[in-house]
Amino acid sequence: MKNALYRLDLKASPYLYVVPFFVLFAAFGVFPLAYTAWVSLHDWSLLSDTHTFVGIQNYKDLFADEYFWNALRNTAQIWVMSTVPQLIMALVLAHVLNQRLRAPTFWRMTALLPNITSVAAVAIIFGQIFGKDYGLINWLLDSLGLGRIDWQAGTASSQIAISVMIIWRWTGYNALIYLAAMQAVSKDLYDAASLDGASSFQQLTRITVPAIRPTIIFTVIISTIGGMQVLAEPLLFGGASVTGGSDRQFQTLSLYLYEVGFSRFDFGYASTAAWVMFFIIVIVAGINYFLTSRVRSSR
Amino acid sequence: MTTTTPAANSYAGRAAATVEPEAQIKRRRGFRADRRPGKLVYLALAGVALFSAFPLYWSLVVASHDNGILGQVPPPLGLGGNLFANLDRAFGTVPFFKALLNSVIISGAITFSVVLFSTLAGFSFAKLRFKGRNALLVVIIATMMIPNQLGIIPLYMLMAKIEWTGTLYAVVAPGLVSAFGVFFMTQYLREAVPDELLEAARVDGCTTIRIFWHVILPASKPAAAVLGMLTFMTAWNDFFWPLVVLTPEDPTVQTALSTLASGYIQDYSLSLTGTAIATVPLLVVFGLLGKYIIGGIMQGAVKS
Repeated sequence: MKNALYRLDLKASPYLYVVPFFVLFAAFGVFPLAYTAWVSLHDWSLLSDTHTFVGIQNYKDLFADEYFWNALRNTAQIWVMSTVPQLIMALVLAHVLNQRLRAPTFWRMTALLPNITSVAAVAIIFGQIFGKDYGLINWLLDSLGLGRIDWQAGTASSQIAISVMIIWRWTGYNALIYLAAMQAVSKDLYDAASLDGASSFQQLTRITVPAIRPTIIFTVIISTIGGMQVLAEPLLFGGASVTGGSDRQFQTLSLYLYEVGFSRFDFGYASTAAWVMFFIIVIVAGINYFLTSRVRSSR
Repeated sequence: MTTTTPAANSYAGRAAATVEPEAQIKRRRGFRADRRPGKLVYLALAGVALFSAFPLYWSLVVASHDNGILGQVPPPLGLGGNLFANLDRAFGTVPFFKALLNSVIISGAITFSVVLFSTLAGFSFAKLRFKGRNALLVVIIATMMIPNQLGIIPLYMLMAKIEWTGTLYAVVAPGLVSAFGVFFMTQYLREAVPDELLEAARVDGCTTIRIFWHVILPASKPAAAVLGMLTFMTAWNDFFWPLVVLTPEDPTVQTALSTLASGYIQDYSLSLTGTAIATVPLLVVFGLLGKYIIGGIMQGAVKS
């Protein structure tokens, strides 16, 4: 009897311990995601009780929807403008942090400080800094005799402001991820390079970057997923308006999803947008996988 | 899809678990030539620190003056004496006490649940043998790549159906478990608990649950602390889902901020007082526990 119980314990326990995770995850993670596909095939509005099956009509409408393309273009532009400088600066910062500094923890903490700040707070604070009449940046431009910029009104200027928010919040975080990867790189390589007279910058580009390339690709992917989800910045930069500016000049995909779903209550169409966003992420992840495997095989 | 995260290094967990003496760190990790960095490096780092801290400081400057100062040339860089008047206005405009309480309850419940279930599942993945173990772990890692935002419409429909919209349950439920948490704990427990110890406990006739209680839980404390802090911070700062599912009358701190910031006429000292209320508690926590949070992130935390 005791033996049977013991065997049951050995066999069943491992599953028992992972079940809570999978049950909760299925209910609140997987199910909604899968159900999104089903809802996207319907004319499904919160305002009516009938949900007509319309097949791929929503998808056809979405691909003909100029607001969707506008949001996709804005998202891509903001992603490039925020990710490229952010990751380059993070690399340089990690390289600087990867020395025998005094008080290393203090410097790492200051680098991470922006990431502790909530995204809503960041958007509001920078909304003030980029303000047309009372903003710090315009005051600075004015005192240099360059005139004021209406940051929110222009397409480029509003997207630059939003990119600055993202850069400020995430550069230090990525620097720490790079730093973790850099500390696994053999010290002998740097010593040899120093003996050969390589400058610090050469050591960064010739040793560090090739050595931590998988981590760099990882951060690009994570930034892509993050970039698809940019919502609070444009929403709060526009004074909590769902259109992302008077001409939708800084409406992102997530903000468009929010507008369709929770201000027009067109759930079918919003689900379609979500599902298309999912495919964009899968495609980018696929490209990443391809790149990673090429990096591995070239070694 | 498998990306190697920084978490996959052999020191995962241990770095956060024990704060080692300076000398050991230097011997073990890759640092460039034994030169101490010069003054220029510290100057650059001071610049980075200033860049990081200034926007937060500026928000306090605006929060402690009245709106009249914003038109001043040059703008003031010191703190003013109007903070308490602004706090009064902020608490009078949106229900901030309720919001703070809601945020604490939500973040606390999510943190407790994530740490508990991650440790349970992590123990199973790291130390127990069962069919399908590796496949399930791959599934978990793959799901870390999917933004939950994409399922937000049906999630809202689900909450409406069980009549949870507008309640804290609706915010807590989707956060009860975290794929990242399971991954993080699995990595840590693999390293932290030697197999011999578990075998010895088995020989002594321990059941699996007793092993979990007496061996795994005590051993997982350092990682649980780090995971707990990361989870709490993420939950505290979460914006989109609470915005969708809660009402402005019963908000979290973050959605209360969006109420303050809405409208065409921006009352800056009011909305930046709000951001101060939202960020100061977390900054205090970060000041006290920052080095553990850094340790956690350097083991490859994933943006959520």
